[in-house]
Parts: sequence; structure tokens; C-alpha cells
Amino acid sequence: MAVTIAKEKWTSKVGEMELGTGAKAIKVGGETSLPFLHFEGEIPNRPVLALEVWDMEPTEWPDILKKPFDGVLADPVAWAKKNVEYGADLIAIRFMSAHPDFKDASPEECAATAKAVADAVDVPLVLIGCGIDEKDAAVMEKVGEALNGKQCLIGCATEKNYKTITAAAMVNGHSVIASSPLDINLAKQLNILMTEMNLPTNRIAIDPLVGALGYGIEYAYSIMERARMGALMGDKMLAMPVICFVGQEAWKAKEAKSPDEETPEWGALDKRAILWEVVTTTSFALAGGSIFILRHPETIKHVNTHFAKVMESNAY
Amino acid sequence: MILIGERINGMFKDIREGILNKNPEPIQYWAKRQYEMCAGFLDINTGPTVEAEDQPAVMEWLVKIAQEAAQLPCCVDSTNPAAIEAGLKVHKGKAMINSTTADQWKMDIYIPMAAKYNAAIIGLAMNEKGVPKSAADRVALAMEIVVNCDMHGVPMEDLYIDPLMLPANVAQEHGVEVLETLRQIKTLADPPPRTTMGLSNSSQGCTNRKLINRTFLIMSIANGLDSAIADVDDDDLLDAVAAAKILMNQDIYCDSFLKTYRSR
Repeated sequence: MAVTIAKEKWTSKVGEMELGTGAKAIKVGGETSLPFLHFEGEIPNRPVLALEVWDMEPTEWPDILKKPFDGVLADPVAWAKKNVEYGADLIAIRFMSAHPDFKDASPEECAATAKAVADAVDVPLVLIGCGIDEKDAAVMEKVGEALNGKQCLIGCATEKNYKTITAAAMVNGHSVIASSPLDINLAKQLNILMTEMNLPTNRIAIDPLVGALGYGIEYAYSIMERARMGALMGDKMLAMPVICFVGQEAWKAKEAKSPDEETPEWGALDKRAILWEVVTTTSFALAGGSIFILRHPETIKHVNTHFAKVMESNAY
Repeated sequence: MILIGERINGMFKDIREGILNKNPEPIQYWAKRQYEMCAGFLDINTGPTVEAEDQPAVMEWLVKIAQEAAQLPCCVDSTNPAAIEAGLKVHKGKAMINSTTADQWKMDIYIPMAAKYNAAIIGLAMNEKGVPKSAADRVALAMEIVVNCDMHGVPMEDLYIDPLMLPANVAQEHGVEVLETLRQIKTLADPPPRTTMGLSNSSQGCTNRKLINRTFLIMSIANGLDSAIADVDDDDLLDAVAAAKILMNQDIYCDSFLKTYRSR
């Protein structure tokens, strides 16, 4: 008697988001199965990798992270070009200078930087504020306007500032990062509030505020799994691609910083630190992450090798 | 939870008149209204006043005009196989056959028909002897239907077993048996068949009908009910289903859960 292979039959799909314009434009999402189960559905788009660019020189980055960007860390345009050379699918500009504790830069200054970077590279852009809700809203209003029509991904929208950021995205043709603190119910509610402003569902990326390997990775992992299963079963308010800010978390980990002489049993730091970012990324890709914001160029190489393998069809 | 809107049935006066006068208006009104009220299927029944030889033509007309008004699949409901097949022939999308009993001669007609038209089918846990009293007897009949579906290649996800609820004012002892039947049906196969029920039956001839329907629906959901043929023109019923889906962990909670349940 023939064996019937049990396959999950999902009824719905994750929304497909388009970022950037022209030849380097990319698509994310669009899955009709759990991650990389090509035998149960479609995985039309490979997860994409962004490298960060700051609009001010990062002072606290470890040397291993600064080294590949020697000479460009104070120049966002040169840094962005370097990231493209390193193979980043997108550039994530972080407007750290807008933070009141740093330079308290004006939204106009941020917009000028954004424009300069956008003119210098042709890959899609992710535009991220400094993390202060009100300031980010003000910055995204101006930055969004300056990059009108470039189909950027802007954020991060929270329950406090989503109205301004959503409006800026809608007027200027961008998509929005919706952040909620490791809580699937709040994530869903924020998506509802944003779609009630008439932002199409395929222009929202869910940011579950992931933790790094060893620092609560499992919490975000389960939320992403549950959201994906909900999406595939027809929950439209969770059927969005997920963005993971892996770089900022992985490089905070002790394992990415502790020098060889302090922890020789952990292996060489230069290898270990990068692997921390790599393994955090690949883990979240298996949970359904689509957009990864990274810091080290080596990570891109490792992760792309992994993605090439998991994107090979295993359909039968 | 799939709600099957019960309203397009010749037993209702407005639908009966629509059929007699060939006036699509009441049928299309209820198709749209039930769509708005979260119906996943439209039950379509010509009612008893249409002569048997006219039923196929009437069914065909009802299915066509209902699907013109609302993009919903139909639950083609008749005791006349010719009427059901006439409805299936013109149906767009995946239809549901309402229904077969566990009598072999009926299963021999309807289950191959479900396979032929790739339709879902409702199987009533009864036979010509009537509705069994106990859960055990209901489950035994359900198993007959499961086996027959399997023989004809109708997958379990397309089989909806109805344990048959009877009115609370005349057959009160059936309620607990129905709930137990729902639980046991889920053990009959892996993956298990789905379940449904004619919800309004539970309150036939009673007072406070909507309350009885709503309460029994929620109790049944907790015991494994997957769908119901119901009066969906009832906001309280929809609110209760929305809450039940959250409490059963079938929908992910958010503050706007009543609203998201209603959005399509």
C-alpha cells in the first residue's frame, strides 16, 4: 500500500513587500508555508540582509566591528558604498545623531544625510530613528519626504508614534517597521491601528524586538513561529514579513566582546563574535524572519551560504 | 469556526415568495447580508413547497443568483439527489453537500457525488431508525460515514459530521450526548473529520431562542465543533464566537478582536 505523505495545507499567505526601485529593488515575504518547507508551499523570496550605516561615528563599537569600515565610519555616504561592496542587499541608516544625548540633530539634518546616501547607492534603504518615540516621528516625517517615492522601509513605529510615521509612509510611498516589545497581541493590535489608517498590510514589517543567541532568542523565536502560523491560517493582521535587528543585539552579547585572554575556552574572539551574529540570524530565518539588520560584513557571507542552501527546493 | 448561513431556505416566507415569483431580490439580500455577518457558506434549500420535479431547476437558480450576490460557496441542501446535483453543476468554488445519513443506500449516492464534484459533505449521525439516543450510537453511525468517505477518497477535512441536536424543550437529554459525540468524533480518524450542526434545532419551539443557540454553540465549540448552520444575523452570536475563538486559542488575541473577527 502506498504511503500517503502528510502535508500541512495552509490557506493563506504572508504579504509581499517591495522595497527600493529599479534594478536593485527587492521583494520580501509572500510565503505560503512555514520557513523553507518548499514541499508544502511557496517561498518566493530569499530573506534579505542589510548592513547598518550610522550618521555619526559609533564610539562604542568593538574594534573587530570597526575594522572593516576603517576610514568611512565618519562618512555615511562612503560607509554606505562600502556596505554595497560588501554585498548588502539593503542599507539601514540609523539616525543616531538625532538622539538628544548625542548631537540632537534636527530632522532636516537627518533628511540631508538620507538624501546624500540615497543619491550614492542604488540598493533599497531602511531608515531607522534614534529610538526616542517623539524624535523618531519628527525625523521620519522629514526623511520620508526627502526620499519620496524611493520605497524605503521607515521606523520604528510604536504605539506612541505610529500615527505620524504611518502618515509619512503613506504620503511618500514607503513601508513601515511596526515595533512591539516581544508581545504578539500588541504586535497584532499595532498592525490593526496602522491598517485602520489605510496603510496596506503589505507595507508593514513586524519588528518583534528580538534578542540575541543566549539572550532570550527563544522568546522572539516562538512569537515569530506563532505569528507565521496565524498568518498562514488566515490572520491578515499578522501576515507581514518580520524584520530582525540582529546586529544591535548580537554585538551587545558578552560572547561577542570578551577577549581571548579572559575566556580562552570560548575560542578566538574574531571568529566567535561574527558567529554570534551569524547564528542569531540563521535561527531567526528558520523562525520566519525576512529582513535582517546586521553590522559585520563577514556575517553576510556566512548567512548567504546558509540561505543559498535552504532556498534550494526540497519539494516532492 | 465556519458559519453556514441558514437563511436562504424556502421554509422562510420571503424566500418562498422569491422562488414562487422568480424574484431574486430576497435571495440576493440574504446572500449579501449573511456574507456581511461572517458566513463562510450559504445554505441553499428550496423548501418543501417546491414539487420534487421542480427542485433541480429551482436549486440551480438559487445557487446561481446567490453566488452572483455574494462570493461565497454554497451548502446545497436537499433531500432530493437530483436537486443537489443540479446545484453542484452550476456551483462556483468548493461546494458542500447537505447531507447524507449513515444509511448505506444514501451514502452510495452522495459520497461518490462529493468525490465527483470535489465537494465537502455533511454526514448526519442517524439512519432510517432515527436519531440515536446515546453518544455511542451516534459515534458508531459517524464511523460508518467516515469509512465510506475514505473508500471513495473523500478526505476527512471535507467531511462534516453532524451529531444532530434536538430541541431543548422536547429532547433535553440529547444535549450532553451531542457534546460527548463531538469529542469522540475527533478520535475516529487521523486527521479527524470535521463537525457541524444545525444550531437552530437546539432552540426550535423554545423561548429565548438566540440565547439557547448562542450558549449551545459556545459549549459545542469547546467540545470540538468546527462549523454550524446558524442564524448569523445575530451580533451577539458573532461576538460570542469571536470570544470563543480567542479562548480556544484559535485566533490570536488583540484588543480589537471583535472587529478583526468580522473583517474578511
